[in-house]
Amino acid sequence: MTEIKLNKVVKAYGEVEVIHGIDLEIHSGEFVVFVGPSGCGKSTLLRIIAGLEKVSGGEVVIDGEVVNTVPASERGLAMVFQSYALYPHMSVYKNMAFGLENAKMPREEIDKRVTEAARLLQIEPYLQRRPKALSGGQRQRVAIGRAIVRDPKAFLFDEPLSNLDAELRVAMRKELAGLHAKLGGTMIYVTHDQVEAMTLADTIVVLSGGNVAQAGKPLDLYNKPRNTFVAGFIGSPRMNLVEARVAANGTGFDLVSGAQTIRVPEVPGLEAQSSATYGVRPEHIAITGEDDADVTATVELSEQLGGETYLYCSADGLPQLTVHQLGQLPVERGQVIHLKFDRSKMHVFGADGNVLANGLPT
Amino acid sequence: MTMASTSSSGRPVLGFLTRRREGGQWHWTDVFTYVYLVLGVLLMFGPVVWLVLSSFKTPAGLLEFPPTLLPLGQIEVQVEGYDDPLPLFAVTMEDGTVKELAQIRRIGIMAQMVDPENPGERVSVPINTREPIREMRVATENYIDPLETFNFLRYLQNSVIVTVVATVITLLINSMAAYGLAIYDFKGRNAIMLFVIGTLMIPVTIVLVPTYLVVTQLGMVNTLWAVILPGAATPTGVFLLRQYMLTIPKDLIEAARMDKASEWTIYWRIVLPLSLPAIAVLAIFSVMWRWNDFLWPLVVLTRNEVYTLQIGLNAFQGELDVQWHYVLAMTVVTLIPVVLVFAFLQRFITTGIASSGMK
Repeated sequence: MTEIKLNKVVKAYGEVEVIHGIDLEIHSGEFVVFVGPSGCGKSTLLRIIAGLEKVSGGEVVIDGEVVNTVPASERGLAMVFQSYALYPHMSVYKNMAFGLENAKMPREEIDKRVTEAARLLQIEPYLQRRPKALSGGQRQRVAIGRAIVRDPKAFLFDEPLSNLDAELRVAMRKELAGLHAKLGGTMIYVTHDQVEAMTLADTIVVLSGGNVAQAGKPLDLYNKPRNTFVAGFIGSPRMNLVEARVAANGTGFDLVSGAQTIRVPEVPGLEAQSSATYGVRPEHIAITGEDDADVTATVELSEQLGGETYLYCSADGLPQLTVHQLGQLPVERGQVIHLKFDRSKMHVFGADGNVLANGLPT
Repeated sequence: MTMASTSSSGRPVLGFLTRRREGGQWHWTDVFTYVYLVLGVLLMFGPVVWLVLSSFKTPAGLLEFPPTLLPLGQIEVQVEGYDDPLPLFAVTMEDGTVKELAQIRRIGIMAQMVDPENPGERVSVPINTREPIREMRVATENYIDPLETFNFLRYLQNSVIVTVVATVITLLINSMAAYGLAIYDFKGRNAIMLFVIGTLMIPVTIVLVPTYLVVTQLGMVNTLWAVILPGAATPTGVFLLRQYMLTIPKDLIEAARMDKASEWTIYWRIVLPLSLPAIAVLAIFSVMWRWNDFLWPLVVLTRNEVYTLQIGLNAFQGELDVQWHYVLAMTVVTLIPVVLVFAFLQRFITTGIASSGMK
C-alpha cells in the first residue's frame, strides 16, 4: 500500500516558476484526480511524482522515503501517457512484457501476468498485433495493461482519455472506475475535464496557476467551493458568478450589479461599500411569479433536452445566466421570465475571491 | 491511373512502358518525358553496360578501332618465328582471291603480312585490301586469371572484411553518439553537434599525415585495422542518425524509463529498432564508402596480402602498360556488392533520406 506526500514542491524552468510550493497527501488506495485548465501545472506535478521531472525545491515522499534523487525507473510507479506511448515495433504482448523483462522476471511469471491482464482488459485476441493495427480504445487498454502487469506502487494517468471520441471516453471512464474498484491501487489521474474528475475521484485536487485551489471530495468541492475559481471550474454547466457592489440595508445587504439588486441577509465578513461576487448554480434558480422574483430576464436560448431544459437568459447589468430546470418547459426565445435564487444554495465570495459563505440563512 | 491499369491488363509490359497522361493521347509532355528519361538512362546506364560488355573482350578486341559494343575479338594466331600472337586478316589479293594472312606490322598504308601456313614468306599489301577476321568470343579469362593468379580472391576477402567490420563499428558507435546527442538534454548539446558537423569541412588530405602518424605509432600499418578504425566515426553518420532520433516521440523514452529500462536497454531495444530506416541509409553509405575507399588504404597498406580490391585494381595499372582487360573485369567484380546493396535496400534509401532531412 502506498502513501505519496508532497512537501512544498516547487518547480521552475529557468526563471519561470510554474509550481509554487504544493503540499499534498495521497492516501493508500485513493483515486486522486488533478484537474485544472491547461497550463495550471497538473501534468508537471504528475511528472514530478513519476520522476520524469526534477523538483526545484521541496520533497516528494513515497512510503516515507524521500525520492527526490531516485530515478523514475526505481520509483516503482507505472504511468499511462496521453499518447499511450506504445512501442510501435513490438507486439501488444511484447509491449506489456517489456517492463517485466527489465525487472528480470522469469518467463512463466511474465506470461501469467500478461495473460491475466489481457483477460481483465479483454485484449486477448490482439496480443500478437502491433499497436498500429489497433483502434484508439484498444491502444488505450494496452497502455493500461502495460501499467497493470507491473503491479506498481501507484498508477499515474496523464489525460488518458483525451484522445478518444466522446462515446468511448464515457465507456472507458466507467471501466477505469471499475478497474480501480477491482485492483484497489493508489491512482493519480490528470485531466482537464471536470466531469471525469467528478465521476472518478475519491479526492479532487483543483490546480490553478501552479497552486492548489482546493482539494477534497467531489461533492464537497461542488457544494462548498473555497473560491471563485473552484466555483466556476467544478460543475457543468458552470455556476453563475456575478460581481456586485455591497450596500447595507438595515437587516442585511443589497448586492447591486447594474440595475439588479439582490437582497441577502447578514453575511459574516461582508462589508458595505466593498465589492463581492455571488454565485448560484443553474439548478438553484427557480422560475417564479413577478412578485417573488429576484431578477426579470429575457430568454436568449433554450436547450430542450427532453429530460431537462437549459435556459440562457440575459438581464440588464448581469452576465448571461444559465438556468437548469427538470422536465420540458414551454419557453421560447425572447420570452420574459422571472427568476428566484435559492438563498440556501447561494455562495458569496469576498473581493479577493475567497469564500465568505456557502449557503445563506433564509 | 485507370488508363494504366486497363492497358496493362492486356499487354502488361508494353502497357507499362508506354504509359501516358490521362486520356490515352500522346501529349507533347509525354514525348518530352520519354525523351528525357531515355537520355537519362543512356547517360547513367550506358557506361555501366559498356563496362560490363568490354570486360568480356580480349585485349585485341579492346584496342580495336572503331570500337564494337559486343565482345567481338580479332582472331590471333601463333606463327612460327614470332614471339607474340599475330592478328589474322582476310586479304583480297591482286588476282581477286581471298587469303587468310597474319599481320606482322603496319607501315603507313602498307601492311606486312605472313601466311601462318608458310611462315617463311612475307607479303606487303595495302591496308584497305585487308579485313580483320573476327569472332564472337567471351573472354572469361579476364575474370579467371586475376582471381586465380593475381591473388584477387585475397583482395576480395580483405575488402569484405574491411567493409563488414567497419560498417558494424560505424553503425554502433555513430548510433550511440547520436543517441546521446538526441535523447539527452544537456548544456552544450548543440555546440557539440555543431563541432561534429564542423569536422565535415576538413578535407581528408589534410588529416592524412597526422592520422598516418597515429596509426604508425599504434603499430597498425599493414593491418586491416588501419583501414577500419580511423574512419569509423563519421560526422555524417552521427548527424543523420541524430536528426532521425529527434523525431522519436519523447513519450516513448519516458514510458521505457517508467518500465524500469536501463539507458542501454532504451537505446538497444527502443531507439535502435525505431531508427532502422536511418540506420539502413547509413549502412548503405558506409558500405559504399568502405568498398570504394582508395586513398587511405593506398597509404597504410603496402604489403600485397593486405591489399583491398581497389588497391589491387591499381596494381594492374603499370607505369608503361595498363592491362585494361583485367582492370575492366575486376571493376565489374568490385561493382557487384554495391549494386546488390542498392537493389535490396533502395527503398530504405528514399524513405530514410526523406525522413532524416538529408539531401
